[in-house]
Amino acid sequence: MKGIRTPEQEVARFRSRLAVAGVVALVCFGLLAARFFYLQVMRFDYYSTRAEDNRISLVPVVPNRGLIMDRNGTVLARNYSAYTLEITPSKVADLEATIEALSALVDIQPKDRKRLKKLMDESKSFESLPIRNRLSDEEVARFIAQRYRFPGVELKARLFRDYPMGRFGSHIVGYIGRINDRDLERIEDSEDTANYRGTDHIGKAGLEKSYERELHGATGFEEVEVDSGGRAVRALRRTPATPGNNLVLTLDLKLQEVVEKAFGNRRGALVAIEPGSGGVLALVSVPTFDPNLFVDGIAPQDWDELNNSPDHPMVNRALNGAYPPGSTFKPFMALAALMSGKRTPAQAISDPGYFDFGGHHFRDDKVGGHGTVDMYRSIVHSCDTYYYRLANDMGIDLIAQTMGEFGFGSKTGIDIEGESSGILPSPEWKKRRFKKPEQQKWFGGETISIGIGQGYNAYTMLQLAHATATVAAGGVMFKPHLVKYIESASDGSRRMIEPQPIKTIPIKPEHIETIRRSMVGVNREGTGARAFAGAPYVSAGKTGTAQVYSLKGAKYSSRITERLRDHALFIAFAPADKPTIALAVLVENGGFGAESAAPIARAVLDYYLLGKLPAGIAPEDPGAEGNSGDGAGE
Amino acid sequence: MSDFRFDPRKWLLRILSPLDGQLTLIVMAILGFSTVVMVSASPERLDTLALNVGVAFAVMWIAASVPPQRMMTVALPLYVLGVLLLIGVALFGDVSKGARRWLNIGVARIQPSELMKISMPLMLAWYFQSREGLIRARDFLIAIALLLVPVGLIAKQPDLGTALLVAASGFYVLFFAGLTWRLILPVVVVGVVGIGAIVAMGDSLCMPGVEWPGMREYQRHRVCTLLDPTSDPLGKGFHIIQSTIAIGSGGVVGKGWGKGTQTHLDFLPERHTDFIFAVLTEEFGLAGALLLVVLYILLIFRGLFIAAGAPTLFSRLLAGALTLIFFTYAFVNMGMVSGILPVVGVPLPFVSYGGTALVTLCLGVGMLMSIQRHRRRVGT
Repeated sequence: MKGIRTPEQEVARFRSRLAVAGVVALVCFGLLAARFFYLQVMRFDYYSTRAEDNRISLVPVVPNRGLIMDRNGTVLARNYSAYTLEITPSKVADLEATIEALSALVDIQPKDRKRLKKLMDESKSFESLPIRNRLSDEEVARFIAQRYRFPGVELKARLFRDYPMGRFGSHIVGYIGRINDRDLERIEDSEDTANYRGTDHIGKAGLEKSYERELHGATGFEEVEVDSGGRAVRALRRTPATPGNNLVLTLDLKLQEVVEKAFGNRRGALVAIEPGSGGVLALVSVPTFDPNLFVDGIAPQDWDELNNSPDHPMVNRALNGAYPPGSTFKPFMALAALMSGKRTPAQAISDPGYFDFGGHHFRDDKVGGHGTVDMYRSIVHSCDTYYYRLANDMGIDLIAQTMGEFGFGSKTGIDIEGESSGILPSPEWKKRRFKKPEQQKWFGGETISIGIGQGYNAYTMLQLAHATATVAAGGVMFKPHLVKYIESASDGSRRMIEPQPIKTIPIKPEHIETIRRSMVGVNREGTGARAFAGAPYVSAGKTGTAQVYSLKGAKYSSRITERLRDHALFIAFAPADKPTIALAVLVENGGFGAESAAPIARAVLDYYLLGKLPAGIAPEDPGAEGNSGDGAGE
Repeated sequence: MSDFRFDPRKWLLRILSPLDGQLTLIVMAILGFSTVVMVSASPERLDTLALNVGVAFAVMWIAASVPPQRMMTVALPLYVLGVLLLIGVALFGDVSKGARRWLNIGVARIQPSELMKISMPLMLAWYFQSREGLIRARDFLIAIALLLVPVGLIAKQPDLGTALLVAASGFYVLFFAGLTWRLILPVVVVGVVGIGAIVAMGDSLCMPGVEWPGMREYQRHRVCTLLDPTSDPLGKGFHIIQSTIAIGSGGVVGKGWGKGTQTHLDFLPERHTDFIFAVLTEEFGLAGALLLVVLYILLIFRGLFIAAGAPTLFSRLLAGALTLIFFTYAFVNMGMVSGILPVVGVPLPFVSYGGTALVTLCLGVGMLMSIQRHRRRVGT
C-alpha cells in the first residue's frame, strides 16, 4: 500500500508519469511511421500496381428475385425487364430545368414528379432515383440520341417486379419497394450489406417481406475494367449471382379468387386450412389493394386513397383483425366441457329463454327458450342459455386454460408477419390490461358472456380456423404455413416445408365424435341448413353472430348505422368423416352468420371438394401462366 | 480622452487573450491541412466545414475563458446527468444500426456517450482533487467504479469502440493520479498476449460458426476482417483493402493534390470522415503523413507541457488525460486506416469532417488553454 506523500512528491510522480505517457505516444507514432514507411516506400511498387489495377472495379451483379407461385403453379409475383430513366440529384445542377427538358423527350406526368420528390426526401442525394419507369422503345431511342445534354441522367435496364394477379391474394404476397433508411439499418444489422450492394428493392409486406432471405438470392460480382473517368470499358471476370429461390405456396389461388368474389363489396376475412398439414389453402382479407402500385414508390395520391379509405384495405383482417367469435365459440366450449367432465353429451337443461346471475338477466335469442336442450341441440340450435350456465359451472380459469390449449389468444406462428395474438380473457389478462384497481377485478357476470363468444373474447380468423382445423384433425395441431416448398431457381431442387405438428391435445375420440356429429347437425337441420341445402358431401359447421367488434388501429367514421350491425361468422370443416379443409369466415357488419357468412363457406367447400365454380369465374386453365381470372365465365 | 479611443490592436489582443498561442497555431495548422484535403475529397462540404470550424472555435474560446475552478463545480452534475441519460438510452433509447445509442428528447436526438468522453475525465479529476492528500487504494477502487458504470452502459448499447475510448479517458486520470504499476503492467501484458494469440490463431478462430464469448457477431467480424481483409471483398474488408492501397500507392511524395485515383474513382469509402487519412496520404504521400504526425506530436507535447505546469491536482489530471485522449484518437484512427487496428468509428482529430467531434475536441483544447492561462492565479 502507498503511504501518504507530500505535495512535492506527488508533483514529481505526476511529472514522471507525464514523461512515460510522452514516451508511449512517441513509440506509438513511431510504430505508425514505420507502418507508413513499410506501405509507402518498401511496398510502394506493389500498392502502386494495385492502384493501377484498381482500374478494375468490382461491380455487383444483382440476382433475380425468386418467383411466388400458388400450389397449381399460377404465378403471383414475377420479374420483367424494362428501361427506366434515373436521375442522380447531386450531379444535376438545376433539377427543375433538367426535368423540364427531359419531358420534351419522354412523357413525364405530374405524378412522376411528385414521386421523385418523395423519393428524394427519403434518400441521399448521390443515389440515382427513377423519374420515369417502363419507357417505350421510342422514348429510349429519343433519349439516347440526346443523352449528352443530360449529365447525371441515366438510362438503366432493370428488372421490375410484377404481380400479375393484381389485387387477388395481395395481402399474402405483399409487395416490394425501394430500400429506405429503416431497411438499410436492418440490412446492416444482419451483416447483409455486401449482399445488398446494387439491390435497390426489398420486401416490404407479406411473403415478400417474411421470405426476403429466400427470395433475394446472393449477389455476384463482376470485375470490370474502367477508364480514367471510372466508366466501365469491358468485363474481365464474373462471379455470377445466385438467383433467389422460388416460393411455391400451399395456397390455391383459384379458391382465393372464389372467396374474394363471393365477398363482393363486403368487408371481411376468411382462412381455410388443410387440417392434416397446417397448409393454408386460402387467406383472404377484403377489400384488397393492388400491390403493383407500391413497386416503384407509391404515388402520394394512391397512398392517400388507400390509407384514408374507411374500408381500410391495407389492414390484413385475417391476421391482424381480432373479433369476438360469437356462437362459433360454442363447439369449443362444449368440447372443453366434455374434456373437463363438467358435462356429458346427454346431460340436458330445460331452457326458459334466459339465465339469471347476480341480479342480471342474460337473454337467449329465442323468446321462451329452446325447451329441453342437450349438447347436440345446444350446438345445432345455438342455444345461449346452455352456454351461460356451462360458463358459470366451468369458471373463467378453466375456460381460459382449455381455450388456450386450442390456440386462442396466442399467435399461431404462421410464416408471415403481422399476426395479432387476440385476447383470451382471464382474470390475469384483465390485471395486465387495466391500470386502475377497480377495473382489474374480474366479475362473475363477465364469465357468463364469455361462454357464448362475446365479452372480452377477440380472436383472429386465423386462430379460429386453426382451432377448427385442430378439432377436425382429432386434436392434432399443425403449425399453419403458406409456403409448401422452396424451389431453387438454378437447379430446380425442392426444399419441402414439412407439416409441423405442434402438439396433440388429449381428447377422447368419442368427445370429438360428439362435437363432429353436432356440427354436422348444424348444416343438416340447424342454423346452417339453409346455406348447405343439397350439398352432395357431409359438412360440419357452426354459425356465429358477434355483437361488438374491435378492429385494431381502425376507427370507423362514416356510414355508422351500417357499421354498427353485427359481424357474421361461420366455421366449417368437410368432409365431416375425413376432413380435408377447415375454415373460418367473417363478414363485417354482415348481420346473421347463417345469412351472409355461411353461403361464402358453402362456395369454398363446393369449389374445393367438387371443383364447382360460382358463376362469373373462369375455370382453371392448367399450364397457362399468369391466368388472369377476369374472364366472363364458361 | 485618449483612454476611450478605439484601438483595434488592443481590442484584438483582448479578444484573443484567453487563447493559448501555440495550441491555436497547431490546431489551425491541422485544420488548414484538413481543408486542403477536403477540397480534394469532398468540395461540396466546404461551406458546412467553415460553419463547423466557426462554432468549434467559439466553443474553444468560451471553454478557455472558464477558469478551472468553475469546471470543477460542473464535474459532478455533468457526470450524473451523463449516467442518467445513458440509463435513459438503455430503457427508452432509439435503436439505430442494431444499437441503442440515441435518446430522443423531443426536440432532438442526442448521443449521451459523446458527452461522457469529456465528462468522464472531468469527474475523476474532480474526485481525486476532492480527496487530495488523503488518496488511498480505496479511492482508486471508487474511481474505477465511477468509470465502469458509464463504460458498462455504453458497451451494453453495444458500442464497444466508444466504450473503450471512454474507458481510456478515465484510465488516463487513474494513471496520472498514481495508479500502481502492479495493476497496470499485468493488464498490459494480458492485452499484448491476447492480441498476439488472436493474430497467431486467427484462421481457426475466424471459421464460420465459431462464437467468441462476450463479443457480438459484428465485433468478431471486424477483428476477423482485419486479420484477412480478402475474406469479405465487397463488405467490411473492402474499406481496409482500399485504404491500404491508397496509402501504399501514395509513395514518398504522393500523387499530387486532387490526383488520387483511389479517392476520385470512388474506391475509398467514407473518404471525408473516418477514412480521410487515406486521401491525405494518397495525395501527399509519406511526407504528408509525417507532417500530420509531427503536428499531432506538437499538440500532444504542448498538452503535456501544460499539464506539467498546472497548479492544482484537478487541472494536472484533466490536462494530462485530455492530451492523451487527443493522442488516442489520432493513433486509433491512423492505425485503423493503415490496417493495424480494427475498424472502429473514431474520427481523425481536427481532420475528419463532422461537427460533433470537432466541437468536442475544441472543447477539450479550450479546457487545456484555460488551465494554462489560469495557472498562476491559483496557488496550492
